[in-house]
Amino acid sequence: MLRYTIRRFVFAVPMLLMISLIIFTILAFAPGDPAGALPLTIPAEVREAYRESLGLNDGFWGRWIKWVRAMFWYEPQHAIESIGNFCIGDCIDPGERIISFSSRSPAVDTIYERLPQTVWVLGLGLLFGIMIAIPIGIYSAYKQYSAFDNVGSFVSVVGWSMPVYWTGLILIFIFSVNLKWFPSFYDTTHDVQFTSWSSIWIQIKQLIMPVTVLSLFNAAAFSRFTRASVLDNLNQDYVRTARSKGLREFLVINRHVVRNSMIPVVTLIALSSAGIFSGAILTETVFRINGTGSLLITALGQADTPMLQTLTFFIAVMTVFFNIIADILYGLLDPRIRYD
Amino acid sequence: MSTPVLSVKELKTRFNTQDGTVHAVNGVSFELRRGELLGVVGESGSGKSVTMMSLLKLIPMPPGEIVDGVAEFEDVDLVQVDPDHMRDIRGGKIGFIFQDPMTSLNPVLTVGRQIKESLELHTDLDKKQRQARAVELLEMVGIPDPAQRLKAYPHEMSGGMRQRVVIAIALACEPQIIIADEPTTALDVTIQAQIIDQIRELRQNLGTAVIWITHDLGVIAGLADRVVVMYGGRIVEVAPVKPLYGSPQHPYTQGLLRSLPRLDRDDELESIPGTPPNMYTEPTSCSFAPRCKYAFDKCTTEIPPLVTVGDGHEVACWFDIDKGEPR
Repeated sequence: MLRYTIRRFVFAVPMLLMISLIIFTILAFAPGDPAGALPLTIPAEVREAYRESLGLNDGFWGRWIKWVRAMFWYEPQHAIESIGNFCIGDCIDPGERIISFSSRSPAVDTIYERLPQTVWVLGLGLLFGIMIAIPIGIYSAYKQYSAFDNVGSFVSVVGWSMPVYWTGLILIFIFSVNLKWFPSFYDTTHDVQFTSWSSIWIQIKQLIMPVTVLSLFNAAAFSRFTRASVLDNLNQDYVRTARSKGLREFLVINRHVVRNSMIPVVTLIALSSAGIFSGAILTETVFRINGTGSLLITALGQADTPMLQTLTFFIAVMTVFFNIIADILYGLLDPRIRYD
Repeated sequence: MSTPVLSVKELKTRFNTQDGTVHAVNGVSFELRRGELLGVVGESGSGKSVTMMSLLKLIPMPPGEIVDGVAEFEDVDLVQVDPDHMRDIRGGKIGFIFQDPMTSLNPVLTVGRQIKESLELHTDLDKKQRQARAVELLEMVGIPDPAQRLKAYPHEMSGGMRQRVVIAIALACEPQIIIADEPTTALDVTIQAQIIDQIRELRQNLGTAVIWITHDLGVIAGLADRVVVMYGGRIVEVAPVKPLYGSPQHPYTQGLLRSLPRLDRDDELESIPGTPPNMYTEPTSCSFAPRCKYAFDKCTTEIPPLVTVGDGHEVACWFDIDKGEPR
């Protein structure tokens, strides 16, 4: 298992290089020019100098190699230096880092600033979604076609069909506009102090609505998936064997059925975890959360290639990472899967 | 004649499906004597498995439903007994061996865990004693290196080995009755022989009564004390092995025996014409009548009851084959 894990991580590096090249190619050939947003009164030679200063004239491969060098070498070096507060050889020149076209600040720093709010909201949305979905899914399957199951199925189809920007607006309308209980936007400047109840309470209040919207959406999907997986297992012969031993239904379900049913569910959860970092564009827009999702949309509008490239690559890294985690979990949960 | 350990009377089981009600078991009565091996034969859909699973309520309910009948076991009626008491009986007093060893073990739990599970439920043994008992059980069913094998997962074992584990689970708490539902059907012939020997031996040593469900008349001939033949959810003939094979009294039993390949004769194999009965309607006459060459008008209007024709030999047929005339 350890060897398998190491091998997977080693092979992830060339894969990520390929991914970065693909992202780069798409962005390089996409229409849009950062100099295009400049006022038309600016003369052509100034415009050209501006393009030169952004490095846009270096050619396709030159720009990619520069980006790869910055991403795989300078950025990690900078990260180590700033964490350890020392310099490796000559200190990294901030100009060597990946600089956003529009903000002229390092792209990685911006992503780092945007991550906490996204992880807060999406992480909790996923966590609560799973916590709601799994018991409901198990019980729905156990009582298939019962009133509980039918209501659950209806609610989850409705939940799955309603877009988050719509449910989000409804919640804002009810709880922010009419009842004035929760703020309608997320205040990133609020620094959560875990020693102070009022500080935590402010954070909870601004989290409640976006987390609710995402939890319900996630719960709708995960409960259907859990239900299907449990149903698959309930009809298996080993369940009858367990009953024939005289086990209580509670143990038949929890010890035998659930353990088998959770294998695909846990894998799906691990895969979905990558999404926590990529942000939810719609939810972040509705609740004014300046997370990575809104960063992506803004950068896209500004043709900010370095930012887009770096952020998309970061999402790719997370996706690859959680894919590996999902495979490892799968191997740990199911004794029939052995990778070595 | 010893006292019966299990006595089933007029058992009726139905499945209420979307397509209609399936009348799977239509009034089955039989007795199982202490230490006896009772063979139950019949084609697929004859209700043999459903009958036995109904006794332990192992059929899916709903759609399954036991609509009528009594099954006396140790002064309790298995049909009426409350779920708590039923759980004590399952695995503790009546063990079940299932047909397909490839699917009847939980793939994510070790074999040892699955054997010890019933010991935890039905005995007062502590952890160490359970381990010792599990080793003993695997040894008993002929698995080499039992202590090591307990740590194995089902997928690490062959089909024959898994079936032995299933048998070990059924035997774990020394039940009075073992119901074996086609325990050797999914196995190679050589493994089949080993398993049969094993069960025969265990039965002699432990004195357990066995109900052996099969569609293989050959297996049952060398194994059973008595044989029950089922057709269309009813018992059509009951007899000790010798009279059943020597002078079968029901046309269906005769047909079954003639359809067996034999080495000592060269004539062509006979088959029973027609198709198995429609189970969507409750039978009001002999279910076999449409396929029976002896059928006459009474056969299509009334259900024949079981009548005694010899020592322990009963048959449900309106026609006396030996005399060649209606009874």
